[in-house]
Amino acid sequence: MDSTFLEFEKPIAEIEAKLEELQYITDESGEGLSLEIARLKSKSQAITKNIYNSLSDWQIAQIARHPMRPYSLDYIELLFTDFSELHGDRMYADDFAIIGGVGRFEGRSIMFIGHQKGRDTKERVRRNYGMPKPEGYRKAQRLMRLAEKFNLPVITFIDTPGAYPGLGAEERGQSEAIASSLFKMSKLTVPIISIVIGEGGSGGALAIGVADKLLMLQYSIYSVISPEGCASILWKNAELAEKAAEAMQITAKSLKEYGLIDAVLQEPLGGAHRSLEEMADSIRSSMVKSLDELLAVDKNTLVSNRQARIADYGEYKKN
Amino acid sequence: MSWFEKLIPSRISTFKKKGAVPEGVWIKCPKCDAQLYRAELERNLKVCPKCNYHMRVSARNRLDYFFDEGTSVELVNDIESIDPLKFKDTKNYRDRISQAKKKTGEKEALLVMNGKVFGVPVVVCAFEFQFMGGSMGSVVGERFCQAISYCIEHKLPLVSFTCSGGARMQEGLFSLFQMAKTAASIATLDENKLPYISVLTDPTTGGVSASLAMLGDINVAEPQALIGFAGPRVIEQTVRQKLPEGFQRSEFLLEHGAIDMIVDRREMREKLSSLILHFQKKSKLNHSYE
Repeated sequence: MDSTFLEFEKPIAEIEAKLEELQYITDESGEGLSLEIARLKSKSQAITKNIYNSLSDWQIAQIARHPMRPYSLDYIELLFTDFSELHGDRMYADDFAIIGGVGRFEGRSIMFIGHQKGRDTKERVRRNYGMPKPEGYRKAQRLMRLAEKFNLPVITFIDTPGAYPGLGAEERGQSEAIASSLFKMSKLTVPIISIVIGEGGSGGALAIGVADKLLMLQYSIYSVISPEGCASILWKNAELAEKAAEAMQITAKSLKEYGLIDAVLQEPLGGAHRSLEEMADSIRSSMVKSLDELLAVDKNTLVSNRQARIADYGEYKKN
Repeated sequence: MSWFEKLIPSRISTFKKKGAVPEGVWIKCPKCDAQLYRAELERNLKVCPKCNYHMRVSARNRLDYFFDEGTSVELVNDIESIDPLKFKDTKNYRDRISQAKKKTGEKEALLVMNGKVFGVPVVVCAFEFQFMGGSMGSVVGERFCQAISYCIEHKLPLVSFTCSGGARMQEGLFSLFQMAKTAASIATLDENKLPYISVLTDPTTGGVSASLAMLGDINVAEPQALIGFAGPRVIEQTVRQKLPEGFQRSEFLLEHGAIDMIVDRREMREKLSSLILHFQKKSKLNHSYE
């Protein structure tokens, strides 16, 4: 239990530990004990609220990377019915760091594509810590072409530290795989909704994130480079990741203020992992809303709106 | 992506160390250590006459080498950076920009010109590596996209010379999204069936490599250029092994099918104009330097 609490959640962890102890005590009268439990529970809630009301950007990054944080497969189970996972890029391999497939969402068939991290060590290694290789992005492109052919909206969930920086990935054209994904998505003739559910790690995230609607969970992050990477370049010290996180403004709240994302989805108190069902419900309702909106326009308008939206990214001055 | 701008400081310092005689008449080749006469080296487009090593050149020199003399006009240079995030590391981003401006004499890391190559009209973009590592922020992205709009409006082919460490950290997600923006713009150029030739020069990595650089109808590289998604140092740290000799160099990319050809800088004009003419289904135009 302890391991699910982050460093800054220590006060909550202490109370929760006490609560757990009380579960094992049998009080003859029962009266005093249940009162104590109720008291501790409300205290825990109050402290959690207090801590979560004033999270630093770096703390939010830690929640985004929390080992208990729900991943794509956790949400798939709750959001879709009749889901069939589809495998492979038809060229080289199947990448377990990106999963995809067809499923039914609120009565509509959709194409799902998302990063997938592993929960335990073995699974983490198998999923390559959620870092896709070129074959992952090529699988994603194949599924997008399929979605286009059968007119299925595309839903993507973003949760990766970044595209994998390895020898094989370079040999097989990691750059080309990402670049051609961006190219493909910019003109795809079906609606695309992307939701950052955890870590939006630079190009590896964007490669499945060019969308008509870009949403972020409240405690997810999205950045051009990891805070650690940024710190080690600019301050020559990866320990200053906290500072880098603040400087780059990687939280959902900041990015919404800059108009770079469309909406922030509130998370349950203490983060998405505290109540997966509650989080999935909120994701479901915003997906329904976005889909209704996007399916109401014809294909040409859809694509030209997306093009205009992408062309609008950037802040500069004209002399 | 641009975490491997990490390699940039090391590259710069290596370069400085090796090119020891900075402003004199003689320049030492960083590759073969040959003492080269500056004027001769300039005439040779900064390619070592002894070992063919392609030294880095500024964006402006690059464009000068490329166009027929007196035919080029600079475009979209009225777009300049602001500091959307009020970014501060050891220095303010604004100060970094003004320093880069002073150092390079350019207003941003991408130059765009319209002109002729052997009489063939073409729009050319070139990255200035000395301007914050040729990094792509909002201005680079916007200039690139406006270059494409110009191509579409005037039915012109596009050539880009990339030389960049990747996305510009100081503009955060704005920079990352320039990857999508440039790729989307190239998709529109593609729909208009206008040729796009991407020339990758040393170095082309990170977010620039993983967007506009790899999307050419034809991808060309200069010899021995470092080209990749992640930088060598990041890869070494990740896989904990030494990288093989020649890894991520142009020759490696050609072998692995990522680029169409390697072209010597001194033959770039001829090769590119000839390719463009094939796509335009035209025969050779006037082959003189006018």
